[in-house]
Amino acid sequence: MDKKRGAVRVQPTPKPVAEPKGPRGAEHHHIDRKGHSDNWRRHHVDVCKSALRKLLTTPVASAMTIAVLAIALTLPGFLFSALDNMRTIATGWEGETRISLYLQPSLSDADADRFGRQLMLRDDIAAIDMISREQGLREFARISGFSDVLDTLSDNPLPAVVVLMPTATSTKDLGLLRASFEALPEVDEAVLDMEWLQRLQAIMGLASRAVYVLGVLLGLTVLLVIGNTIRVAIESRRDEIVVSKLVGATDAWVRRPFLYTGFWYGLIAALVAWVSIQAAWLMLEQPVEQLAQLYRSHYQLQGLGLMGSLWLFICSVLLGWAGAGLAVHRHLRDIEPQ
Amino acid sequence: MIQFNHVSKRYAQGHDALKDVNFTLATGEMAFLTGHSGAGKSTLLKLIMLMERPSAGQIQVGEQQLNALGRRDIPYLRRSIGVVFQNHQLLFDRSVFDNILLPLQISGFAPDDAARRVRAALDKVGLLTKEKMSPLALSSGEQQRIGIARAIVHKPKILLADEPTGNLDPQLSAEIMQLFTQFNRVGTTVLIASHDIALIRSMGRRVLTLQSGRLLSDG
Ligand SMILES: Nc1ncnc2c1ncn2[C@@H]1O[C@H](COP(=O)(O)OP(=O)(O)OP(=O)(O)O)[C@@H](O)[C@H]1O
Ligand SMILES: [Mg+2]
Repeated sequence: MDKKRGAVRVQPTPKPVAEPKGPRGAEHHHIDRKGHSDNWRRHHVDVCKSALRKLLTTPVASAMTIAVLAIALTLPGFLFSALDNMRTIATGWEGETRISLYLQPSLSDADADRFGRQLMLRDDIAAIDMISREQGLREFARISGFSDVLDTLSDNPLPAVVVLMPTATSTKDLGLLRASFEALPEVDEAVLDMEWLQRLQAIMGLASRAVYVLGVLLGLTVLLVIGNTIRVAIESRRDEIVVSKLVGATDAWVRRPFLYTGFWYGLIAALVAWVSIQAAWLMLEQPVEQLAQLYRSHYQLQGLGLMGSLWLFICSVLLGWAGAGLAVHRHLRDIEPQ
Repeated sequence: MIQFNHVSKRYAQGHDALKDVNFTLATGEMAFLTGHSGAGKSTLLKLIMLMERPSAGQIQVGEQQLNALGRRDIPYLRRSIGVVFQNHQLLFDRSVFDNILLPLQISGFAPDDAARRVRAALDKVGLLTKEKMSPLALSSGEQQRIGIARAIVHKPKILLADEPTGNLDPQLSAEIMQLFTQFNRVGTTVLIASHDIALIRSMGRRVLTLQSGRLLSDG
C-alpha cells in the first residue's frame, strides 16, 4: 500500500499538506515542510484559543478556581515583596553602623589624639570622629543640664571616645572588627551599635525561611488545584478523547487542549494575584510614608517590581502547565476506546 | 492488504473470542464478515485497528506487522483506516460538520481544504443540508450515515464497517451498500461486518463466516 516513510509508521492516504505544484525535489520538500509547520502553528493557536473559550463558557466555575489559585499566589507574592522591602530598609541602615571606642581613662589627651590619628590611616575605616574628654563633658553638661553639678567635680570622669564608621558592612566582619579594636591596649571598650540590626537580620532570616516554606506549600496547592480541575475536565470530555483516539489522535494531540487550559489558569490567576498584590502595596503606601516621617526618614515602598512580577507570572504559568501535565499523565492513558 | 495468520483473541475474562483465524484480503477487495451475535465480528475488526491486541498470531495491515507496532504508532495506523462503528461513536456536543471534521483536524489538514472534504463526504451520504445540526437531532439511520461520512472523509485505503446498516430500512441499506461499492471501485479495500444475510447475498461478494470465534467458510 503506502510508501513506507519512517520505520513503522503508516502514512495516511491523503497528504495532509498542500499538493505539490512545482517540480519535485528540494523545492517541493520545502513547500511541504512549510505547509506542515503552518498547519501545526495554526493548530496550536486554535487549541490555545478554544481552551480559553472553554474556560469562559463556565464563568462561575472558572472564576472560583481562579480565585483559589490567585489567593494561593497572592499570599507568598506579597510576603516575598515585603521581605524585599525589609531587606532594602535593613541594608540602608547597615551603612550607618558605627563602632564607638571608649578609650582607657588613664590615657592622656595627647595619647588619645595620637591614637585617633593612627586610626585615620587605616583603610578599613571610612570616617572618624574624636570626642575628647573635655568635649564629652561639655556635651554631657549641655544635654543633661547638670552643668552645675559637673562644675563641682574636680576630675573629668568621662573617657575619650572615638566614633568610627567602618567600611565593612556584613555583620560578621563588623563583629571581628569590633573584637580587634577591643584588643587594642588603648581601648577600654568597643561597642558596635548594631545589636538590634543583628536581631533584625536573624528575624528576617527566619521570616524568609518561613516565606519560602509557605511559598512552596502554596505552590503545591496551585499545582494540585489545577491538577484536580484538569482531571475533572478530562472526565467530562471522555467521549471526545475516545473518539479522537479512534480516528487517529496521538497522545500529544489529546493532551494539548488540557495543557493549554492549565496554561490559561496559571496566566489568569497570576494576573489576578498581581493586581491584588499591587493593590495591597498601594494601600500600605500612605501609612508607611507617615511611619517613615516619624523616623525623619523617607522610604519609598516597592511593589513586586519587574523581577518580582516576572517571577510571579513564570511560576504561575509553569505550575498551571505542570499541574495539567500531571493530571493528563495520570488519567489520559486510562481512557482507551473499548 | 489485510492478512490474518493463526490469530486468536482471548479476553481477560478467559473468553476465546477468536480461535486460529486465517485469511487474506487483497488490496482493493470487498468482503463481508458474518456470523451470529457474539461470533467475534467486532473483535476481528478491533484487532485490525489495534483497539485490541491478538493473544496469538500475526496480523498484517498494508506493509505493517501489527505486532511490531508500539503504542505510539497506533494513531498513524488508525489514520490509514476508516471505521464505521457499531455504535456510531459520534460526539453530541458539536455539529454534524464538526464531527466529520475531526479526523481531518487530527491529521492536520488545512481548514479550507478540510471543509471542502467534509462537504464532499456529507454530499456522498446525502446529508449535506444537515451539516449545522447536532447529531442528537438526527434519526439513528442518519446518525449512521454521519458515521460513514466520518469514516471516508480522509479517503482511507481501508474501510471497515461494523453493522453499518443495523438501523436502516432495506432501501437505505441498499443505498449504503452502493456507497461502499463505490468506494471499493476507486480502490478502497472494504470489510463489512453484518448479519443481514439477505443483503450480503444480494451483493455477490466474498463472505467470511465466523462461528464462535472460528472462521467457517471463506468464499
Ligand atoms: N472487552 C471484552 N471483554 C470480554 N469479552 C468480550 C469483550 N468484547 C467482546 N467480548 C466477548 O467476545 C465475544 C465476541 O464479541 P464480539 O463483540 O466480537 O461479537 P460480534 O460478533 O461483534 O457480536 P454482535 O453481532 O452482537 O455485535 C462475545 O462473546 C463477547 O462477549
Ligand atoms: Mg459486534
